[in-house]
Amino acid sequence: MEALKEELKSKIIEQLNLEDVSVDEIADDDPLFGDGLGLDSIDALELIVMLDKDYGIKLADPKEGKKIFESVGTMADYIAQHKTK
Amino acid sequence: MGKGIAITGMGIISAIGNNVEENYRSLVEGKKGISRIVKIDTVHKDALMVGEIDFTNQELEAYLGLDTNNNYSRSALLGAYAARQAVSDAKITDVNSSKTGLVSATTVGGMDKTEQYYYKYFEDKKVQKYIEGHHAGDSTQKIAEQLGIHNSLVTTISTACSSAANAILFGARLLKSGKLDRVIVGGTDGLSKFTLNGFKTLMIQSDTYNTPFDENRKGLNLGEAAAFLVLESDKSVQRENKEVLAYVKGWGNANDAFHQTASSEHGDGATLAMQKALKVGGLKGEEIDYINAHGTATPNNDLSEGRAFLRVFGNGVPDFSSTKGYTGHTLAAAGGVEAVFSVLALRHNVIFPNLNFKNPMKEFHLRPRAELKKRKLNTVLSNSLGFGGNCSTLIFSKEA
Amino acid sequence: MMKKKYCISSYCHIRDNTISLNGKTIYTGQHSDLKSLTKSAYRHFDIDYPKFFKMDNLSRLGFLAAEILLTNEGVLPENEEDIAIVLSNRASSLDTDRKHWESIRDSHNYYPSPAIFVYTLPNICIGEISIRHKLYSENSFFIFDEFNPNHLFSYANGLLDTEKTRKVLCGWVDVDGPVYKAFLYLVGKEGPVLHSIEEITRLF
Repeated sequence: MEALKEELKSKIIEQLNLEDVSVDEIADDDPLFGDGLGLDSIDALELIVMLDKDYGIKLADPKEGKKIFESVGTMADYIAQHKTK
Repeated sequence: MGKGIAITGMGIISAIGNNVEENYRSLVEGKKGISRIVKIDTVHKDALMVGEIDFTNQELEAYLGLDTNNNYSRSALLGAYAARQAVSDAKITDVNSSKTGLVSATTVGGMDKTEQYYYKYFEDKKVQKYIEGHHAGDSTQKIAEQLGIHNSLVTTISTACSSAANAILFGARLLKSGKLDRVIVGGTDGLSKFTLNGFKTLMIQSDTYNTPFDENRKGLNLGEAAAFLVLESDKSVQRENKEVLAYVKGWGNANDAFHQTASSEHGDGATLAMQKALKVGGLKGEEIDYINAHGTATPNNDLSEGRAFLRVFGNGVPDFSSTKGYTGHTLAAAGGVEAVFSVLALRHNVIFPNLNFKNPMKEFHLRPRAELKKRKLNTVLSNSLGFGGNCSTLIFSKEA
Repeated sequence: MMKKKYCISSYCHIRDNTISLNGKTIYTGQHSDLKSLTKSAYRHFDIDYPKFFKMDNLSRLGFLAAEILLTNEGVLPENEEDIAIVLSNRASSLDTDRKHWESIRDSHNYYPSPAIFVYTLPNICIGEISIRHKLYSENSFFIFDEFNPNHLFSYANGLLDTEKTRKVLCGWVDVDGPVYKAFLYLVGKEGPVLHSIEEITRLF
């Protein structure tokens, strides 16, 4: 689980071009959207693509992303339960 | 002081008809043009609904009298087809008899051909002709050639979904400042995999009929269309004793300054654009009889635009409807298509229904006009709100 | 009616690894591509706007030129100044269109990126500048075969004559593969350079 969280952090930084953020600056329960990392709706869509591409999880409705992408912790939980690759 | 910017001709081809008359009939009969994808070979065939035009490229080529060596993209074909209709509707026999320009809008340009032949370009010399047709300006040049416009102002505008509205706005200004006597304005966009896939990544396409301003709206249907208007100055109208269909009374453009693709929560850009257009037209909010909304049926647009209505019109929001349920969202052509629909509404004193509406949105009490309504109309406001925050409003009127 | 005269108060170029403001070079580097040039310029000018790194090349180029020019003019987002934007180029959003196309062409490796698709329109570049500087004024993006000073000149004059806006940020922002060029200038009532077709052509 810890490894997955670390992996997610570096993927988020790389995929979403968070140039000035490093892995150890993101806590597991930091909010990703809003005041936290300040991600926006396009970033959310980009994370949906990442779930599909890297973990074989397809979300049909972008609204589902809201709960899943609350923090790195919630993302890791969801991926651990649903991943198909 | 001149009277105004006269509209003397219109041409359109969309999923609900190949000319103005057919479009009007579909609008009053509530006949939508949305269906599964037939003409584009895509893996998303079963997942998406679109507004496709019946004519094939071959049929359009035959109509335009093009030989087999032509390198017209679908956008160019549709644009030339609609623009020629508009010119003939305006009874212009010699397009160069006075200073006549062309302002055409497109976002996809020749993308359809590039998709088709991309891998063949290296080995197959025969298809290399389409490379030149790729860029956005090429479709405009071809429309100008088809109309026989020489040595005049011919230009292309590309500001996403407000492109054609901006072409009309720019055309109106060119007449007002006396730079031209006549100008043909509008937009054209054919469907392409590029846009279908792109909008898919944004997850704002509906897999069923789009339902503007409905609580359970799932997103938009993409459509293809071309629509053009002939605008003329007073002088030109008087000289040629022209029949005037309607006038372009007001126009406004503003930036939402919020996000690349999303609209701001309270519709800042749309509010400003409507306010500017009212000011240019010298009109008060209560003088608007009908709004042809942008109403794409995405959760974000309809909420933001609806809130902008409340900000501009307060408790007196006029009758409004979105006609995207008929045609789908035709991107760069949308402002032109809806300008034609607005003029038809004025001419026939009728408000077209907002198709597929069932449940009002929970955020406000606004309800679009869901049934056809006969009513005397003097002014119609039309919104076109684009990605990049580019928001435009046009106001059309019976009187100058 | 007397035609009013307007002036260019500042202008900025980005081309050939060099950024200049009002004709003076203010940054130069050895970069293999536009992405690394804009990144190191961002650092050099100490800009604090992390969203910059999410932009495509066209938006980065336009954003950077506008940033340098408007900062020099003392334009602050909190003032929500009345500045219209009229940009133009030749290649539209082709540079990013190609990237989007690459991502949808292979059905076995089909993962188009929404973050790329949003930049497949040239006027997103205007949007980025508007968001940064809180500019709610009129904006338009034109595509020409080559730089068209006549068009920009008359469009800006039209906006100013009819008092649609107080200032106009005009110019050319073009990216096509390895080739890029930005030339932005601000037109208003005051400034050291006369706003004329000849001067715009000369500065370009």
